[in-house]
Amino acid sequence: MKKLINTAQSVVDEALSGMAAAHPSLRVHERVVYRASGPRAGKVGLVSGGGSGHEPLHAGFVGYGMLDAACPGEVFTSPVPDQIIEATRAVDGGAGVLHIVKNYTGDVLNFEMAAELCDDVEVASVLVDDDVAVEDSLYTAGRRGTGATLFVEKIAGALAEQGAPLAEVARVAAEVDERSRSFGIALTSCTTPAAGKPTFDLPEGEVELGIGIHGEPGRRRAAMASAHELATVAMEAIHGDLPLAGDLLVMVNGMGGTPLMELYVTFAEVEAFVRGKGARVTRSLVGNYVTSLDMQGFSVTVCRLDDELTRLWDAPVDTPGLRWGR
Amino acid sequence: MDIGFFVTWFKDAAEQIRLRRDHLTELDAAIGDADHGVNLDRGFTEVCKALEDWPPTAPAQALLTAGTTLIRRVGGASGPLYGSAFRAMGKALQDPVTLPGFAAAFEAGVVAVQRLGKAAPGDKTMIDALAPASRALTAATQEGLTPYEAFHRAAVAAEEGSRATIPMRARKGRASYLGERSVGHEDPGAASSALILGALAGVAVKEATKEVD
Repeated sequence: MKKLINTAQSVVDEALSGMAAAHPSLRVHERVVYRASGPRAGKVGLVSGGGSGHEPLHAGFVGYGMLDAACPGEVFTSPVPDQIIEATRAVDGGAGVLHIVKNYTGDVLNFEMAAELCDDVEVASVLVDDDVAVEDSLYTAGRRGTGATLFVEKIAGALAEQGAPLAEVARVAAEVDERSRSFGIALTSCTTPAAGKPTFDLPEGEVELGIGIHGEPGRRRAAMASAHELATVAMEAIHGDLPLAGDLLVMVNGMGGTPLMELYVTFAEVEAFVRGKGARVTRSLVGNYVTSLDMQGFSVTVCRLDDELTRLWDAPVDTPGLRWGR
Repeated sequence: MDIGFFVTWFKDAAEQIRLRRDHLTELDAAIGDADHGVNLDRGFTEVCKALEDWPPTAPAQALLTAGTTLIRRVGGASGPLYGSAFRAMGKALQDPVTLPGFAAAFEAGVVAVQRLGKAAPGDKTMIDALAPASRALTAATQEGLTPYEAFHRAAVAAEEGSRATIPMRARKGRASYLGERSVGHEDPGAASSALILGALAGVAVKEATKEVD
């Protein structure tokens, strides 16, 4: 496997240097990515983070209308409490800070520890757990947090920008999560720089159904099929969990190694499926947003919108990874 | 068991983890995201460095330094879980260290992991290696065995506990998302716990040999 890197150990720091150099709106210090403009008095601060390897998540969503800071961990490894504490204190504008946490054991533990140690800042947390591929949730750590993280960061970010109090930002963030569902399919494994070989073997004729975002194997294998069939598998799984109805925000997300052409083919199938159920796609996103290094494949995330959420989704945003209306 | 005993334990554990780094990562690749060996190697290397930079003044302090370093440097689930375990052990450990005192402190460490990770025996986690090791230590204490014998039994119990995770279905952590597909693979957290207990037994052998000399 060829990788455009210097050393596996230096990948994360060097990527962050490059990001800071490419985007003057960002400031990177001690493995935390901040808005260069600093905290705004009276505005709720938004902090998220997680393993590196999901770019542009999370650092690419730092900026006006979204996050105030992101804490990138090692590749596929959650950040440590020190980073989260630094970020939380630095972005507090006196109105408190919301932690947006994906439901993976490591992320949950490290954010919990950081929140406990940050007793000088008012901290609220929202747990994102949108992945319908995870069954038996009574006996497991619960659903994974995947694509809906972007929806939560965008919508909560817009509300925070408008000056809403912490409790209100946290409530809307949790509501976005409750209204969102995701399902992912991998056509290939991915290769972490440290391991240097694919995380799992996936023969040419097979796909993994129900993958997360860390190159972990999915729920089961199936034969490779057309975009129509694969999109239908993903949409049936979502529809079976939260019936598609009304106005929907739909993201067809690339896992890092799939061309935009194929994502648009997939989006056409997803949109037709939604129409077939009598619902409407009123807002959409197609591209690489929550990736898994060089994995080929896609995930679909659907959020049932209402007027308030639509208005907040449309609000201006200005980050390296998402930008409109400003 | 003096300060040197604990520093040697961490150095040997770091060595064992470095030697078995790729194996741990392969176990993790089967049911997780293939970073357990790499992360623990980085963490234990940092622990050795911290113990050199800030030499502990008591056995308990060696454990606290190790635990804090793992929490601050590793990330993921293994950082907080191992870090909290060593910190809880450090807080419970009385000086001078006796075998019953060590066994009680070890038990406190296992309780901390269970509380933080919300995992129970049989969930296919590091608890499946740590809990039997703790029971073996306590039993050995009651039987009046030497530290060498007690740590050897604990290491064997951890090893057997780790192997016993192979047929289990994961209910906690990232492997739980695989459901039935997690069956048939040894849990990487249990495997690394067994390595750390193996290092403990190894240090006890060194100590026992030293006494004979």
